[in-house]
Amino acid sequence: MLKSDVMPSFEIEKIRKDFPILARQVHGKNLVYFDNAASAQKPKIVLDTLQNFYSQDYANVHRGVHYLSQISTDAFEKTRDALQVFIGAKHREEIIFTAGSTASINLVAQCFGEAFIGEGDEILVSGLEHHANLVPWQICAQKRKAVLRIMPMLATGELDMEKLPLLLTEKTKILAITATSNALGTITDLVNIIPLAHQVGAKVLVDGAQSIAHTKTDVQALDADFWVCSSHKLFGPTGVGVLYGKKDLLEAMPVYQSGGDMIKTVRYESSTYNELPHKFEAGTPNIADVIALGSALDYINNLDWHGAMAHEKTLHENLEKGLLGIQGLRIIGTAKHKAPLSSFVVEGVHNYDLGVLLDKMGIAIRTGHHCAEPIMDFFGVAGTARASLAFYNTQAEVDYFLESLKKAINMLR
Amino acid sequence: MKDIQSIQEDFVQDFSLLEDWTQRYEYIIDLGKTLPKIDDLYKTDEYRIKGCQSQVWLHHRYENNILYFSADSDAIITKGLIALVIAVFNEQSPEAIAKAEVNFIAKIGLGEHLSPTRANGLNSMIQKIKHIAANHLA
Repeated sequence: MLKSDVMPSFEIEKIRKDFPILARQVHGKNLVYFDNAASAQKPKIVLDTLQNFYSQDYANVHRGVHYLSQISTDAFEKTRDALQVFIGAKHREEIIFTAGSTASINLVAQCFGEAFIGEGDEILVSGLEHHANLVPWQICAQKRKAVLRIMPMLATGELDMEKLPLLLTEKTKILAITATSNALGTITDLVNIIPLAHQVGAKVLVDGAQSIAHTKTDVQALDADFWVCSSHKLFGPTGVGVLYGKKDLLEAMPVYQSGGDMIKTVRYESSTYNELPHKFEAGTPNIADVIALGSALDYINNLDWHGAMAHEKTLHENLEKGLLGIQGLRIIGTAKHKAPLSSFVVEGVHNYDLGVLLDKMGIAIRTGHHCAEPIMDFFGVAGTARASLAFYNTQAEVDYFLESLKKAINMLR
Repeated sequence: MKDIQSIQEDFVQDFSLLEDWTQRYEYIIDLGKTLPKIDDLYKTDEYRIKGCQSQVWLHHRYENNILYFSADSDAIITKGLIALVIAVFNEQSPEAIAKAEVNFIAKIGLGEHLSPTRANGLNSMIQKIKHIAANHLA
């Protein structure tokens, strides 16, 4: 086989040049950014879009008859179209812009809850959830006098599929489940889980915050009823989230926040509300960041996606191989299918100390409970150190990280 | 007992001899390892200063117008930083602690650890010590 057949067209050095921040130094060392699961860095095209939009085209969207308002509106709505294609939604109005994944989940917990969850009903949440896909459901259960149930996981960090049929009953109104665990990296078996939930008539909300940068999403193929993600984890700006919901469900749900843009007519006695998607988009939206998210989507659509995914998968395999070679290190979360992140603890060493020393060596990782305290409790740890990769990371960075980690552990032991 | 300002100046002097971050942190880690452990009796929520990631426990005793402090943390670097702070404030009068200006941490190049966002509880601990002193002012 020729070497060019082995190496796909994915050119890492060229890719890295697209992300200006990757060239910077931290504490006099080249930045090694391994905190991608918390937030991803932005390609220059996203930064340029923000700059150009505010310099040239900025105006408020919708209902404006003037020139700038029209081009702002067109650009804003173009991102909605791009997202529809990107996640495989049937209708463009099934895409709602929010402030982030957390905001999207809160919207569903409140409005779906109000319309469909009553006393004695059950809400099933997977045991792998970030607090953002757990606490809103706790509050919903309290408000609706419903029962919150948790789908347990196994020691590998995979969900216990045998328990699922027992937890799904005709009382289950919704299953809230992540596509990928932020704390462990586990990729959940949505293809098999969602149909089981549907069999008992439950709807399914999928938290795609962690999967969106590592997996192609097709909400129709999955048959997800709701699906959420955040722009900032998809190489776009902060402050924008996506809520996908099936049209009939979104239409049957009451409004969330009220104000401008979401109304049809307003009288002092009462008001009527706008059609989807505007029904759920009260007030001036995050115009520039939505438009710049469109540029992030353009960037990804023009990327050699298969090459990028193969590259980060190889890096992750090498990372885990290296980690396993370190004495006293335990990887937390050993699921068969994992996103390119590794959570770990080192015997006798606090994760905070590791984070501080690695930072001194220019390496950004995350330490702590990763907003998933029940998962930490399950594994009997207070927190972990988590290294999470993106396609712009390199093998040299993985090598440097492993070497630096060993140095830090030696200093601390 | 040396006064608070002289102890701080001694630390600044000590650290000036350390050449790079590795040496500074090795020194801090060693301090952390030598910090006398706090009595387990005091490792409770009552004595806990909640940092987000590393926890700090602080106990004090007041006798003859002198404050005695002991502290602990689950993270070794935090423990080393605590050892420095304890060395500065231990066995001082409430008056001296209340009016003291804590300036050595930034001067020894560890100012980043004082940021409330570092979530290591160090900043909160200094505030707590100041608060305890203020409560014992004659």
